[in-house]
Amino acid sequence: MAINEQTLASMREIVARYPQPRSALLPMLHLVQSAEGEVTTDGIAACAEVLGISPAEVTGVSTFYTMYKRKPVGEHHIGVCVNTLCGLLGGDAVYEALSERLGVGHNEPTADGKFSLERIECQAACTHAPVMTVDWEFMDDVTPTSALDVVDRLSRGERVESTRGPVIRNFQASEHTMAFPDDGLAGEGISVDAKMLAGLRYAKEHNMAAPRSGQEG
Amino acid sequence: MTLTPVITEHWDQPDLYTIDGYRRVGGYRALEKALKQDPDAIINSVKDSGLRGRGGAGFPTGLKWSFVPQNDGKPHYLVVNADESEPGACKDIPIMMANPHSLIEGVIITSFAIRANHAFIYIRGEVPNALRKVANAVAEARRAGLIGKNILGSGFDLEIVVHSGAGAYICGEETALLDSLEGFRGQPRLKPPFPAVAGLYASPTVINNVETICNIPYIIDRGVDWFRSFGTEKSPGFKVWAVSGHVNNPGIFEAPLGITMRQLLEYAGGVRGGGKVKFWLPGGSSVPLLTEEHLDLPMTYEEMAAAGTMLGTGTPMIFDETVSVVKAVTRWLEFYKHESCGKCTPCREGTYWITGMLENFEHGHAKESDLELLASACNQIAGRSFCALGDAAATPFPAALKYFRDEFIAATNSPVDDEFDPVASYIYAGAATR
Amino acid sequence: MSENFSTDVVPMVNVNIDGVDIVVPKGTLAIRAAEMIGVEIPRFCDHPLLEPVAACRACLIEVEGMPKPQPACAQVVNDGMTIRTQQSSEVAKDAQEGVMEFLLINHPLDCPVCDKGGECPLQNQAMSVGRPESRFEGEKRTFEKPINVSAQILLDRERCVSCARCTRFADQIAGDPMIELLERGANQQVGVADDQPFDSYFSGNTVQICPVGALTSSAYRFRSRPFDLVSVPTTCEHCASGCSLRTDYRRGEITRRLAWENPEVNEDWNCDKGRFAFSYLTEGRITTPMVRENGELRPASWPEAIDVAARGLAHAGASTGVLTGGRLTQEDAYAYAKFARAILGTDNIDFRARATSVEEAQLLRSSIAGTPISVTYDALEAAPFVLLVSFEPEDESPMVFLRLRKARTTVASIGAVVTRGLSKMGGSLIAAAPGDEATVLNNLSADVKQALTQPGAVILVGERIATSQGAASAVAKLAHETGAALAWVPRRAGERGALDAGALAGLLPGGRPLTDASARVEVAAAWGVDVDVLPSAEGLSGDDILQAVSRASLGALVVSGVDAVDLPDPAATAAAIRGAGFIVSLDHHHSEFTQEADVVLPVALVTEKAGTFVDWEGRSRPFGQVFKDALAMTDATVLGMIVNAIGKQAGAWDIAGIRRELAGLGQWSGAREAAPSLPNTAMTVDGFRLASWRELLDAGVMQEGEPFLAATARPVAALMSATSAAQLGSPATVSVAGPSGSVVLPLVVGDVIDNVVFVPMNSTDCSIYRDLGARIGSSVAVTAGGVA
Repeated sequence: MAINEQTLASMREIVARYPQPRSALLPMLHLVQSAEGEVTTDGIAACAEVLGISPAEVTGVSTFYTMYKRKPVGEHHIGVCVNTLCGLLGGDAVYEALSERLGVGHNEPTADGKFSLERIECQAACTHAPVMTVDWEFMDDVTPTSALDVVDRLSRGERVESTRGPVIRNFQASEHTMAFPDDGLAGEGISVDAKMLAGLRYAKEHNMAAPRSGQEG
Repeated sequence: MTLTPVITEHWDQPDLYTIDGYRRVGGYRALEKALKQDPDAIINSVKDSGLRGRGGAGFPTGLKWSFVPQNDGKPHYLVVNADESEPGACKDIPIMMANPHSLIEGVIITSFAIRANHAFIYIRGEVPNALRKVANAVAEARRAGLIGKNILGSGFDLEIVVHSGAGAYICGEETALLDSLEGFRGQPRLKPPFPAVAGLYASPTVINNVETICNIPYIIDRGVDWFRSFGTEKSPGFKVWAVSGHVNNPGIFEAPLGITMRQLLEYAGGVRGGGKVKFWLPGGSSVPLLTEEHLDLPMTYEEMAAAGTMLGTGTPMIFDETVSVVKAVTRWLEFYKHESCGKCTPCREGTYWITGMLENFEHGHAKESDLELLASACNQIAGRSFCALGDAAATPFPAALKYFRDEFIAATNSPVDDEFDPVASYIYAGAATR
Repeated sequence: MSENFSTDVVPMVNVNIDGVDIVVPKGTLAIRAAEMIGVEIPRFCDHPLLEPVAACRACLIEVEGMPKPQPACAQVVNDGMTIRTQQSSEVAKDAQEGVMEFLLINHPLDCPVCDKGGECPLQNQAMSVGRPESRFEGEKRTFEKPINVSAQILLDRERCVSCARCTRFADQIAGDPMIELLERGANQQVGVADDQPFDSYFSGNTVQICPVGALTSSAYRFRSRPFDLVSVPTTCEHCASGCSLRTDYRRGEITRRLAWENPEVNEDWNCDKGRFAFSYLTEGRITTPMVRENGELRPASWPEAIDVAARGLAHAGASTGVLTGGRLTQEDAYAYAKFARAILGTDNIDFRARATSVEEAQLLRSSIAGTPISVTYDALEAAPFVLLVSFEPEDESPMVFLRLRKARTTVASIGAVVTRGLSKMGGSLIAAAPGDEATVLNNLSADVKQALTQPGAVILVGERIATSQGAASAVAKLAHETGAALAWVPRRAGERGALDAGALAGLLPGGRPLTDASARVEVAAAWGVDVDVLPSAEGLSGDDILQAVSRASLGALVVSGVDAVDLPDPAATAAAIRGAGFIVSLDHHHSEFTQEADVVLPVALVTEKAGTFVDWEGRSRPFGQVFKDALAMTDATVLGMIVNAIGKQAGAWDIAGIRRELAGLGQWSGAREAAPSLPNTAMTVDGFRLASWRELLDAGVMQEGEPFLAATARPVAALMSATSAAQLGSPATVSVAGPSGSVVLPLVVGDVIDNVVFVPMNSTDCSIYRDLGARIGSSVAVTAGGVA
């Protein structure tokens, strides 16, 4: 795919959400990645044109944020959190295992374009450490073995579900969600798991509850 | 102190993320009450509740709202900071995935109170499952007439935009978030003017954390007195604690402010393998670490400050004795170096320098005198950087040095991995424990 | 009391800095307040004309009552504030030293080969507030070096301290955000988009304000050390903006020019033409007098050449025309004005080497010449409304552009194109096809007229007013009706000075009408000649002089600094040069006129003489001699030698004497010629109408020898509306044809009114006079295709 009339129309649709057009730039760049697989010079030009700003201004923004890639990304973009908690709880080993299996390093795509790998920062899922993401969907509580298994299944084209989210699609589809978040998948898959319910279940098991209020209801 | 699920009370309902599921447990009842009130009365209730921001700084929420000038003829904006990226913080994303409507309800009430007709929820881009849950909730609420023109016949109009970030920790800093939301590089803005006066599009803007906003419907529905029955005078209310690290049962635990880490540890099943807490952080990597001796301190804004740390995001990370503090601190600094926006010299250059020095310790290349140099460099960042990111980056090392000086000295002789087998700290089955 | 009488008194506040109590205007920044008591706080990102960012943190100070050190560049002083700088506070000193240490950890130690070395704020401040030895033992950050952000501007990223002065200048001042900060954190760097270089007319300013050696120019890189240079304050000769410059030279050659601070005129800025175009001064000089013998020019001695010139001109007498170009200093133009009237007895003189009209001359004599300064740069900044007529400030007077942009005043432009400059000023277009300006001016909407009646409203008229019949008359009428101030902004640096000096038919110095007997009496007295010597009837305009010379109805031509390519009728010019009985050419470079002249007399370059340019405001911009030991003589001195040889006298021919005479004459206070009142004639044109002006960077002779500058010029193209382009089938290139030829240019669709095509007037391989035989407003044929 490339930047076409449909992309430009979608960009204008994003612009229409905001009181001031330039606010649309971040989602527009996600849209560029959904169309092109990365932030291309054409994509930058399209954003600049639609917003009436300079390509340099768009470039300044696109290089500031780590999610925007200026080189090709795999069909599936795999992130492994190597921040302190995840890394030391085993994320380092997960990353090493994937790097070895895929034969790529940080922010590099495999030769066949199927995968790319990234050492990512904290994903706000520390309770589920070590955390991996596939196309930014959660793969919680991974081990080197389970991470390699995910890669194998994706390689074979098998259905892989996020541990807290929908069935894995691909990098470009996820980027489209960032541009148009109401993607119709809110009801798909599990979003609340045992760790998120740990306290609630403990409370119920031990008859703990917040006091009620007289005003309630 | 017992657990008190409020925000998390109904998370086990499978359809809670839908408007029907949310309404079934009393959702949007507070909104109906709120829209019948004078907006100023809501601001006063929130002021009286003593609610403090749950994003890390703990600023009184009602006071923040009251800074917005009224009848100024300018549009007002509410911006929800859902850019949860602080290492260790993992409570806003779960809230949005489990119960997005509680956020939407809070947004509508808050917007009504501060007279904003446009609200933005800035969610970090790396979590599409939070984005879609919140976007779906916004769409449902719009279809139900809770967003849009003349909400529930009140005459109040509101648009809510779900906005995706793109990977920059600095955008959690509220003025950087505003620049990012305006389509710029997310670098913090010079203050004054403060956002309450000139924020988004140079108009009065309130920026609140997700969890903070989720408290609002409960305060409106159940009252200030009820809210103040939780916590302490200076830290009233309940908190969504996310306990992570070397515990047997990590996860989300909701309990009043003032609970101790020891109690939370108990709910979380204790340290894995019956081991000991080596060090822990009450709320994110930006607060000074504590040790086992601090487990019995009440976790309130004031008690944590008295102990030389901060409550932060209220998401404790627990590390057992398998972990090298040198390695942990180095890794955090690598994070701050990666996330420094580059605007100001102390943070940009300081994180570059001290990270390099710490890496020397991790790899056994440092000398003991480097400890003083590191401390000096941290001092040259703290209080001198443009925003709190620099202060945060200058935090982990001095705190670690305070309690674990010997470990740093030991690291001058040999790589930390020689002393601390990395495999020992892995959490999954088969990994050794010490 | 009406508000006209109220004065904005800025309240004052008391502040104590380092124990010294001072009173400063409210709103003053601490860094400036400290300067007032002689305390220099270190700074990099701070620049008085840029919005504060407080990014570099070099200026941290202690403010009583504030827990953390504050950036002095962003700290507004409040009444009663107590401030301690590095002079009295260990906190401030320690903070500043810490920041300086951080700035240096990644800064290369390449000062000995860096252009900035010796005049580097980082180097200087590292000496004053830095540690003697670095504590950093790590590996410094490196980048590929240097990279071109444009053909002219080079960037050594490892030297950059991320102060963002350059990017803020580009965005806030020039309106050209083509350089930006890219990446983040320690990897943050200045850069451009992949496909758009930093081709801003103002790019050179970024090199000058860079506080380190990160930005350098291709033209100057590695050429000299600052401490080897001799610096002279000068005035730019490239246009009528009147910029103060600093000219640096070494061993008799200019090495660079810098913008020099002048708050009333160019503030801290200049344009790239003024900064980078000076090679023309040194290449291709005429070094010796020449006389024609047997049809060939040969070198001659000064006495011989002067003698030949004197005899020829004495013989022609009043049957002589004098063309002075628009680039001379006021003193030299005055000498020609005097020479024509007092020595030759003719009023055939014109300083305008461009398209002109009788109507324009009338407007200049009636409303501009010798009038007191009224519209200034500051007035533009304060104006509630500015109407531009036949004037494109960014191309034709860049400092006027910058000031209008800074003012954020309401700007409307009567023209055919929404230009980049107009967009950057946030201005609106009042559509007028070339030639229709008068009609549009006479039918302005009530809103515009109302806007012009506001106190302080201004009408700015460019030199192209002369190309549109009735427009000068309509402007005069409009100014009279609305009370708006009228200012004329010529392009060339010498035009206003020449006008005020009387180098125009019908006009004596100081705005005196030639036809006024008492004016002639005053002037004759100043010159020490009998009033009867002076002509009393208006002479010929430049166009008419050339016509008359070609018909041999004038016997001689005196010409200085005129290039045939600038004149709108190449055939008539060529005929005049061929047909002239006797040509005396005073010049420093060869031209079509020197080639055919009977006598060529070399004169001084702008760097070899002192003089005065009068900018568009009417403000005298005197400058001194750069090369003090230069032997070349000014035009005035050479004319004085001819006068001696002829055996006459008419006052002074040296600069001091001329200045005394000009000052003594002052400005005319008597009756003036009436403003022009020509009716506008409706134009009917087949096909496309030609819109054109000289772009700032083009094929002008004073830009010769500057390949890097030329490479940043705007691409030469034909610009037309989407509708017009679609009618041609939206081809990639078009052929634009006039009476004498055609050019093929890339087609660019822009905001142009339909059926108008814009073509640059004098750019590389595209001169509308030479290549098309067309003028502004001409009907031209535009067809699809061709190889550009």
